[in-house]
Amino acid sequence: MKLLEIRNLAVEFATSRGRFRAVDGVDLTLDAGEILCVVGESGSGKSVTMLALMGLIAWPGKVSADVMRFDGTDLLGLSPRQRRKLIGRDIAMVFQEPMTSLNPCYPVGWQIAEALRAHAAVPRAKVRDRVVELLDQVGIPAPASRMGAFPHQLSGGMNQRVMIAMAIACTPRLLIADEPTTALDVTIQKQILDLLIGLQRQHGMGLVLITHDMGVVAETAQRVQVMYAGQMVEEQGTDGLFATPRHPYTAALLDALPERAMGRPRLPTIPGMVPGIDDRPDGCLFNPRCRFTFDRCITTPPALASIGDARARCHTPLDGQGRPA
Amino acid sequence: MSTALMQATDLRRHYPVGGGLFGKKGLVKAVDGVSFTLREGETLAIVGESGCGKSTLARMATLLEPPTEGELAIDGHPTATASATARRDLRLSVQMVFQNPYGSLNPRKTVGAILQEPLAINNRGDGPAREAAARAMMRKVGLRDDQFTRYPHMFSGGQRQRIAIARALMLNPRVVVADEPVSALDVSIQAQVLNLMMDLQEEFRLAYLFISHDLSVVRHIARDVMVMYCGRPVEQGSKDTIFTDARHPYTRMLLAATPSVDPAHRKVTEVIKGELPSPLNPPPGCAFASRCPHSTDICTAERPALREVAGHGVACHHAEAIG
Repeated sequence: MKLLEIRNLAVEFATSRGRFRAVDGVDLTLDAGEILCVVGESGSGKSVTMLALMGLIAWPGKVSADVMRFDGTDLLGLSPRQRRKLIGRDIAMVFQEPMTSLNPCYPVGWQIAEALRAHAAVPRAKVRDRVVELLDQVGIPAPASRMGAFPHQLSGGMNQRVMIAMAIACTPRLLIADEPTTALDVTIQKQILDLLIGLQRQHGMGLVLITHDMGVVAETAQRVQVMYAGQMVEEQGTDGLFATPRHPYTAALLDALPERAMGRPRLPTIPGMVPGIDDRPDGCLFNPRCRFTFDRCITTPPALASIGDARARCHTPLDGQGRPA
Repeated sequence: MSTALMQATDLRRHYPVGGGLFGKKGLVKAVDGVSFTLREGETLAIVGESGCGKSTLARMATLLEPPTEGELAIDGHPTATASATARRDLRLSVQMVFQNPYGSLNPRKTVGAILQEPLAINNRGDGPAREAAARAMMRKVGLRDDQFTRYPHMFSGGQRQRIAIARALMLNPRVVVADEPVSALDVSIQAQVLNLMMDLQEEFRLAYLFISHDLSVVRHIARDVMVMYCGRPVEQGSKDTIFTDARHPYTRMLLAATPSVDPAHRKVTEVIKGELPSPLNPPPGCAFASRCPHSTDICTAERPALREVAGHGVACHHAEAIG
């Protein structure tokens, strides 16, 4: 059985101009012990997808899916009480911006202990020891004395470690990390990613890593999903994605990276920008910016097509040479 | 050789801190001995982690703060001895582009007003001339004429950064200091803005002081690179030698820590342990010694000076052995 199985997820928000689909037709499956990266530009719906999974979309947002199961449990049909039991224990999330996600009024040790107490994960007398152990596990020096520190007394990297310690407190089976390293320096980013992967291996967790950084994807993921304007446009193994991207958007995104443009003075760009709430085109959402647009792209929204080991939401997925098939 | 637009010699900026009722007095050496030469049409990239003094250096380069010690000359004129009026003119020739285009534009002014403001403050031209100049600059940075009367919130991040760049260029500066100009932008937008910056550099023969922590962007845009650590340059020289033959262990680790977009290059490298030491009490000797795998007794005792190794400047006692 899959650890996580989501099919045809949609998240809608009621706006003054009618319903807006922030996420549309997203599939997501994950095995235990697998690392999946979800990559996309800002506004592509990555975070909303994960919030929907965690049950954190509040009214007027509306979540619907054909299937949304965690280890056999239907997540959509859960009562709030059942959900609270599951979330934080079996499914945990590391949010971006540790400085704003932690409560500034409580010491970090107390905040980690809160997760343990809420789920009665360890006997009350052992909570303190477990917190020290967790802080040690995430690589915070002198953990016993750091327990009493407040978030403002720690650096961004240290606070992100506290967030991770909090998330893994109850040894979850699924960890969702939403841009865990975006606000951090590269050397600290490397430390945090190594830490996450180490913990993932050690506990056999499933790890969903949300990022906009293609470098992070290349270094960590086993499988990648690319999101664009609320839709999943491509899914492929990491090596395949970087060698032979199948969706024109993925290909253009990779071409725009300075690292891939070595020696050329001008970077290839994607014209225009991600469509917003009220300028979504008909047909394929990428058609105004795509190099290969033809009649059908403008009229008909493409379905996910299988090509090789990949799936791409395109009428004419690219072949190995970067040309439409 | 083109002319040196900005010449910094041993710049230092120290801030006294503390000294309250019970506090101990201290001295933060935010920038401690930086020298560089920036020529017309060239880009010098300043690289380093947060807290290494990049932004303090930018504040000194834009004459927002005087250096505590050292000499900064713009276009051959030393800034320290210049009269107040001369300093004002020098200040005009160095303009700045900030990191966050969402915070650096006044939300209550239209794009047109934002672009005309530098001209109005400095009494350049009359109303119609200022408007014409603003419209011409908008076209140069790839904005449409009908966007002249729009407000910043009506633009995307990339367009806002274009506005910020246009504003910086309104007074025809010689040097543009760009503090992380693309780090808040998405990849596809980042490419557009980088292309624009390179086009404008060519057109106006601008010199860029480009502050960034993204090494792949630096490698693309810069000619020279200076890697800073704890307020001091640890490695400085042309981009080609630094990226291919880095000799300072910190630079090497920075390069290794930067994720590559080639999955085949998935590196199992030693990570840098620990974090930046406090600038309040910098350790004697090499500031990087506590995190460095190559450190020996001399590193904690004696501060290494910047010296020539492998065609560029390196501040490490063991630079010859590493490589």
